[in-house]
Amino acid sequence: MAATETVLRHHFDNLEQQREAGTLGMWIFLMTEVMFFGGLFTAYVIYRSRHAEGFASASAQLDVMLGAINTAVLIGSSLTMALAVHAAQTGKRPAQVRFLLLTIALGLTFLVIKFFEYKAKFDHGLVPGLPFEDAGPQTYEWQMFFSIYFGMTGMHALHMIIGIGILAVLVRQAWRGRFSPEYYTPVELTGLYWHFVDIVWIFLFPLLYLIGAQVGKGGVHG
Amino acid sequence: MAEHIVSRRTYFLIFGALIVLTFATVAVAEIDLGQWNVVVALAIAVTKAMLVILYFMHIKYSKKLTQVVVAAGFLWLLLLLGLTLSDYLTRGWFNLPGTR
Repeated sequence: MAATETVLRHHFDNLEQQREAGTLGMWIFLMTEVMFFGGLFTAYVIYRSRHAEGFASASAQLDVMLGAINTAVLIGSSLTMALAVHAAQTGKRPAQVRFLLLTIALGLTFLVIKFFEYKAKFDHGLVPGLPFEDAGPQTYEWQMFFSIYFGMTGMHALHMIIGIGILAVLVRQAWRGRFSPEYYTPVELTGLYWHFVDIVWIFLFPLLYLIGAQVGKGGVHG
Repeated sequence: MAEHIVSRRTYFLIFGALIVLTFATVAVAEIDLGQWNVVVALAIAVTKAMLVILYFMHIKYSKKLTQVVVAAGFLWLLLLLGLTLSDYLTRGWFNLPGTR
């Protein structure tokens, strides 16, 4: 177990102050991430408000079942991440390693499912730059939708890949007994990042996958 | 040491609620509610996000300063969306040149 004097940096009065400064800094970083994804969501809202029908029929090309499974996988990974933080707070080293590895496994599961979704879109030519032969008269709207789809889910997937890399470092540190109930800030802050990425997907799933459910059943509304 | 440790029971309850809300949002998307489909989908998504922020991200138990930073961040997001839409959604209101 790490002694207090080795984990407390000299410019902090005590561990509590150090932890709270770290948490505040992480949240400020996450708010810049909110603004980053916020710009992408704003682009989505504007184009969808102008091309409601084209966006709905393009959305119907996505696999709702795979999107829903991936939502559940990500929520599950948030649970295992929260349990890893709990294990760090209560000083349970094997549980920390176990839950961090589970979080990585669920994160990789998400990316594998996402890979097969992307592959299906390439196979059908529904990727900006490819011909969009299935789109018919709504080619422009479908190209806009899939530009936004690949831009947003791609940025989201990139954040997950970075998160998995950080988690891998944490597994090594947790294995070596770096964290204790006095000092577990890296686990806590990585948890905040991981949950943030989960929240982005919580909004992406209904906005990208579910707006096409009414296509072919009558009315499509903005 | 003042930090609050959220119980594992709470984490599992929140997880359950998030899964139930995921089923709900898929189910309600199949029903034609007209314009209200968007409203319901966003209401469910905001509820899920709040649960994650308050419990998984411990904001319910955080210092006031951290809570204010989070609230301010989302206020700026609302400004970004609100001011942008106040332009795009009102362009058809008056038949003036240059307003389309």
